Amino acid sequence: MSGHDHHDPGFIRKYVFSVDHKVIGIQYTVTSLLFLFLGFALMMIMRAQLAYPKADFSFLENIFGEAGFVGGTMLPEFYNQLGAMHGTIMVFLGVVPLAVGGFGNYVMPLQIGAPDMAFPKLNMASYWVYFTGGVVMICSFFVEGGAAQYGWTSYPPLANTQPHLIGQTMWLVGMVFLITSSLLGSVNFIVTIVQLRVKGLTFFRLPFFVWAQFITSFLLLLAFPPLEAAGVLQLMDRVAGTSFFMPDGLIISGSPAVNAGGGNPLLWQHLFWFLAHPEVYVLILPAMGIVGEIVANNTRKPLWGYRSLVYSVIFLGFMSFIVWAHHMFMTGMGQSMSIFFQTTTMIISIPSVIILTALILSLWGGSIRFNTPMLFALSFLPMFAIGGLTGLPLGLAASDIQLHDTYYVIGHFHFVVAPGTLMALFAGVYFWYPKVTGRMMNSALGKLHWIGTLVFLNGVFIPMFVQGMAGVSRRLYDQTHYEHGQAVQEWTIASSWSAWLLGIAQIPFILNFFMSFFAGKKVDQNPWKATTLEWAAPSPPPHGNFATEPEVYRGPYEYSVPGASDDYSPQFVK
Amino acid sequence: MGGHSVEEISKEVRIYMTVFASLLVLSGVTVGASLLDVSTTVAIIIGLAIASIKGTLVACYFMHLISERKAIYAILALTAFFFAVLMALPAMDLQGNEAFSGRV
Amino acid sequence: MSAPVIRYIDEPHPITGLTNGKLGLWLFLASEVMLFGALFSSYILLRVGADSWPDGWDVLNVPLATLNTVVLISSSVTMVMAWVGCRLNNLGKFRFYMSLTIALSLVFLVIKTIEYKPKFEHYEAFLADGALVKGYEGSESITGHLDENDLDKDYILFSPDAVQHGTSGDDEHSDHEKGGEGHAEQIRINRLDIDRLTNFGPKHSNFYGLYFTMTGLHGLHIVGGIAVNLYFLLFGTGMFRSNPAQFSNRIECAGLYWHFVDLVWIFLFPTIYLL
Ligand code: HEM
Ligand SMILES: [Cu+2]
Repeated sequence: MSGHDHHDPGFIRKYVFSVDHKVIGIQYTVTSLLFLFLGFALMMIMRAQLAYPKADFSFLENIFGEAGFVGGTMLPEFYNQLGAMHGTIMVFLGVVPLAVGGFGNYVMPLQIGAPDMAFPKLNMASYWVYFTGGVVMICSFFVEGGAAQYGWTSYPPLANTQPHLIGQTMWLVGMVFLITSSLLGSVNFIVTIVQLRVKGLTFFRLPFFVWAQFITSFLLLLAFPPLEAAGVLQLMDRVAGTSFFMPDGLIISGSPAVNAGGGNPLLWQHLFWFLAHPEVYVLILPAMGIVGEIVANNTRKPLWGYRSLVYSVIFLGFMSFIVWAHHMFMTGMGQSMSIFFQTTTMIISIPSVIILTALILSLWGGSIRFNTPMLFALSFLPMFAIGGLTGLPLGLAASDIQLHDTYYVIGHFHFVVAPGTLMALFAGVYFWYPKVTGRMMNSALGKLHWIGTLVFLNGVFIPMFVQGMAGVSRRLYDQTHYEHGQAVQEWTIASSWSAWLLGIAQIPFILNFFMSFFAGKKVDQNPWKATTLEWAAPSPPPHGNFATEPEVYRGPYEYSVPGASDDYSPQFVK
Repeated sequence: MGGHSVEEISKEVRIYMTVFASLLVLSGVTVGASLLDVSTTVAIIIGLAIASIKGTLVACYFMHLISERKAIYAILALTAFFFAVLMALPAMDLQGNEAFSGRV
Repeated sequence: MSAPVIRYIDEPHPITGLTNGKLGLWLFLASEVMLFGALFSSYILLRVGADSWPDGWDVLNVPLATLNTVVLISSSVTMVMAWVGCRLNNLGKFRFYMSLTIALSLVFLVIKTIEYKPKFEHYEAFLADGALVKGYEGSESITGHLDENDLDKDYILFSPDAVQHGTSGDDEHSDHEKGGEGHAEQIRINRLDIDRLTNFGPKHSNFYGLYFTMTGLHGLHIVGGIAVNLYFLLFGTGMFRSNPAQFSNRIECAGLYWHFVDLVWIFLFPTIYLL
């Protein structure tokens, strides 16, 4: 970015194996956007099969070859690979790396006034380990038998039954890389936030985004290792022939399994969800952080209830460790356990509601600027609300029995992570793009992108609630096989068309993203007239970030302070 | 810890040696105790109690937790809580899950 | 423009009182606690659900493991002495104790290998219902050495352990070291009579699976520690001279990691071998 380095460290050191948090942040952002696109592309293919089961997909066969299709028809195994890898890629290679690795890396050190992360080399290592994990995952498509096909949850015994297929084994190896990467990252984030805040920046003057990253890092740090342990155990099951997850007397395809038995399939589920529930907060907290920043900036008002936001995030992070078995109501666990977990699940919804309410109340009486980031941030609010509210019936054992493993679940969590988190992430891209490149993104294209995305995302996911309540199971290759599925097939077709149109709606974004880099309007260091520290640095910030070390004099969102000359009083101006 | 004067350090070294000796003795004790003819439950209690003492010695003196900063205690307290949750996991599973816990 | 200056690398932060490295290391250890915690938790769950669980004394080499405990504890002490060497600014002392630490860790790995190896060479053939093997009528399984396992033939050649040792209920687990020397005469077992043929490696049973997984993962941590310590021993002299305070901090951190690995073993040892 800054071409005026005196002793130039060379292209490779500067842009490839860089230790600068901003370059690493950009690497994360670009890589994870590509993965998001890949995950979405897989889904667009799946949607074809769902809408028009067993239709002639010769055009796809020409691309993917014989491995996934026979005479133009998609094979169920291939469908399963697409589904499992869509989930894995979206969660572990797309959203989390974008929200934490991308935005966290780029913005957080700037917002606390630090010259870089506490451990720059570790930061670089974290990116490259992530990259390797991603490569392993992608390569798994090209091995004999294809990629993992047991869902992103990889439940055994199913996931163990075909140890000769190395797709699943590669999935496990890839996960170990991704877990290692987030461990390195989270240690770095926590140390940076604790140690490197600039003078005057107390914890309660931290921007909400930094708080969100802080709690997220703790979740990654403490929740991921149990999945790593589970991954190692499953790897042993597949590679060394152990039977940690294989129960006694298991029959596979009609013949008794040859192994020691005595394992416990539910052990995997416990360890998996011990991570995976906190993981959903990893998916959502940074998004809330982004929305908080943008809402304050564009309402020109302080965030309503900053402290309650912070306490809610802390409480949310804490509680997220003790709700995991709400994914397991159907496993026959005892009643007292069900009661315990549904109680904690209801409790954890309280801080989420507080956060959402505080963000909505922040709008009250503001003179709102409807620029592109704000439009995305505003649409996050109702989308997340739908996602959250539809989750409540899943958290209560009685209603979950009906809804478990149906498309209703898919609809619910996608409202959280797709119309919810993705909207916030887009908002973040539009909001910080001028900081990263020194140029604005085009507003007309941005708004076109916004309206298309909002409409079609809803078009994709609302039908899923209908399908789910009609009883259509998730991970289903062909729902028209069943009568209750045929009844709602129109909804599925609508959903598929929305998904494809959603793809088209991304074209303005892609154009905008690349064209603005060269043709966007040039901006100064603080185009949004914002208050937090990243806007004290030049756009783009040079290596080391700040020309002179800033100092902080006030809280993060002092907008429209009575008596002040401007409608914003930056933290860094005395 | 933290002292840099020679006397302080040699005092520390004496502590290290005492801890070392205690650890060796306790290792012997735990092996010996495992030969006692007691029920499995009692054996587990004895074994884990001794291991906990040894672990505490290592953590307090070799890792000098005994004189560490508050921030570290805070992290460890948090970890201890989640560790406890993890340890409660088998109990949660066994509650009502007989059919799946290895016996069919 | 030169590289940005990052604070609190060698002097502690005024409020937390910690250097970045030390805080980072403790956070890393926190995650390690959760990693091993999950494994211990799995151990408990699988053990409680098992029909029978062998006694470590019968099937594992407790004396060797005890020796390894002593070795590892000693290496913790030498590690802490290496740190003392740093703080006393005594390069010789540092080098001596650091070398000793590495040597002891290597001894640990060698002993581990000696302990592992026979398990892979010792076999157990679980017999099918109603199997007819002369001399082993009514047995559930035969342990011994596998002499020939030619997949083209419909039988295997097997030398059963001479003495079926032990009086406890599940003596079919009796292991190499305990199974008496010498072998009985070689026998031929029909493949149809065998349900499952396995060595005493991880796939033998969940007991061995956990034994190898947990001690193996711990062993990997030892290997990691050796790599770090070796790095400081071989390439640390420059920093020892130029920035002794920072070097001593790094050794402190390497030590914290090493003691943690020791601490894990302190719990693994009774759990796996003695209880
Ligand atoms: C934006 C467009 C997206 C579309 C159209 C979409 C569509 C779908 C559909 C239809 C399924 C169900 C497949 C089946 O059950 O057979 C699914 C599963 C899933 N999706 Fe998405 N999704 C999108 C974005 C995302 C995002 C952003 C994430 C995560 C952050 C995500 C995570 C998942 C996961 C974890 C599954 C479950 C996979 C499994 O069953 O193992 N998706 N998606
Ligand atoms: Cu959950």
